[in-house]
Amino acid sequence: MKKIAVLVEHRQGEIREITFEMLGKAHQLAGSDDEVQALFLGDTSQKELVAKVSPHAHTTLAVYDAALKDFEPLRYGSALEAVLSNADCDLLLMGQTAFGMDLAPALAAKMTMPFTSDVVDIEILDGGVKATRQMYSGKVSAAVSLKEAPKRLLTVRAGAFPAEDVPEVSGEVREIAWSVDGDFAVRKFLSYIEAAVGDVDITQADVLVSVGRGIKDADNIPVAQELADALGGVVSCSRPVADKKWLPKERQVGTSGKTVKPRVYIALGISGAFQHQAGMKGAATIIAVNKDPKAPIFSIAHFGIVDDLFKVLPALTEKVRELKG
Amino acid sequence: MDIIVCIKRVPETAEADIVLDAGKKGIDTDGMVFSINEWDNYAVEAAIQLKEAQGGKITVVSAGPEENNEVLRRALAMGADDAIRLTDPAFEGSDAIAMARILAAAIKDIPHDLILTGVQADDDGFGGTGVALAEMLGLPYAALVTDIQLDGDTLTVHRELEGGLEEVTAVKMPALLTIQTGINEPRYVSIMGIRKVAKKEIAEKSAGDLSLSGDDIGVKGSLSQIEGLFFPPVGEGAEIIEGTMDEKAETLVKILKERGGIA
Repeated sequence: MKKIAVLVEHRQGEIREITFEMLGKAHQLAGSDDEVQALFLGDTSQKELVAKVSPHAHTTLAVYDAALKDFEPLRYGSALEAVLSNADCDLLLMGQTAFGMDLAPALAAKMTMPFTSDVVDIEILDGGVKATRQMYSGKVSAAVSLKEAPKRLLTVRAGAFPAEDVPEVSGEVREIAWSVDGDFAVRKFLSYIEAAVGDVDITQADVLVSVGRGIKDADNIPVAQELADALGGVVSCSRPVADKKWLPKERQVGTSGKTVKPRVYIALGISGAFQHQAGMKGAATIIAVNKDPKAPIFSIAHFGIVDDLFKVLPALTEKVRELKG
Repeated sequence: MDIIVCIKRVPETAEADIVLDAGKKGIDTDGMVFSINEWDNYAVEAAIQLKEAQGGKITVVSAGPEENNEVLRRALAMGADDAIRLTDPAFEGSDAIAMARILAAAIKDIPHDLILTGVQADDDGFGGTGVALAEMLGLPYAALVTDIQLDGDTLTVHRELEGGLEEVTAVKMPALLTIQTGINEPRYVSIMGIRKVAKKEIAEKSAGDLSLSGDDIGVKGSLSQIEGLFFPPVGEGAEIIEGTMDEKAETLVKILKERGGIA
């Protein structure tokens, strides 16, 4: 019998979707004799959150302590060690998220757990754990094996597995004792800062003209703006453009920016890293313009033009203006 | 304030045509352009800005072959004071945790108040070496940092969460931060600047110098292993619009009209 554990991720009173994605995958990996475990760390006021995940796990192991109210990796790591000594799990899944990336590598190092990150698929064969992850801007996949060990650790890419239809099993909840032991004052959560509200809300736009690294310079943004104006749309961007401050952060589409679902999304010079795709794959129609025929954006776009965006843009803007008279 | 920045030299793959090597465990990097990992460039700039405000010394560390001197010199030209290259055939095949062990062995003997790494590397996209390094050195840390304010021996940092949300967290030094892109605007490095540091000595450390045993590093010291690389399935993919530029634009306008793309 094997046991697969999922670390529950929650923030601001909500279970993060990655939790259900991992629980779903854990059930898929588990055989009929196997056990899916949910590991929950939080304070007593968050007990109601446990009720949302415990029906989806055979066992939920929970630590409640005031010190665990907000995510802090030193405390969470210490409490997780206490849980793991009770959990007896063979494989632990955490999210490759701001939460998991701040915790998993330290835990792997501390507990000498075989570990790989940001996986998009998992296989368990004859007790061996194999994972698929992406490298080189998402252009290459790697099959990675984890060596034999009592416990192994994977962080899972958000969106890699569906969050819907996670099996329901009659789950019991067990509380695990843990007390603050160690110098945790060296890292202290202070507050959250909500995303800035800009002059334009890109999540409300029906048509987005979105620019990426391929726009090359802040001076070229107006060329995209002209097309957006002609279409009655709004200009948004991918991460590199916001990083370079060519457009404000609130125009950024993707995991760390906004999630958009416009009628039409035009991606100009955007390679289409998964973090970007996560924010726009729900668009009804995706049109991509990129010089690189192997850019990942073409795998999710409905229509594509493999060409220089600086040639396509003026030609397209001109045609739209002609049409509108 | 003594700052150590860990940097990596990576191939630029965003617009490159990638070919797997004969063993299919790596890529054929012949003819590829290499540069400093983008995240690490922001980390170097963050270190320099702290040094400019506080004084102190910056040491840049990189593990790899002689070519890694390019990125170390680039960091020196930006304003770092010292550079160390960790190099040994025994390092080959190290996974991210084993690489953190190598970096930890080198860094533990260098005075430091703050260690900076990039959030992740552009080649393997692992995103964990810095945090594992902090654990090995017994340092408090914060990952995905987008802002740093210094108050005495405490760093008040912003961490990037999902959906535009940020977290404000205090970390007491000595500490390690992993730096996210966009935290600053890395300064331009001129050819003249690089020439000025061309003769500066770059210290080299081998596994023996760092008292690392073969069991702790390389393939043997790594608990994860790449079995093979392959190209991901493409899926259905986009319908590619062909023709002259005029025809392409014409077709696109038609699609836009049908799909509600013209208000």
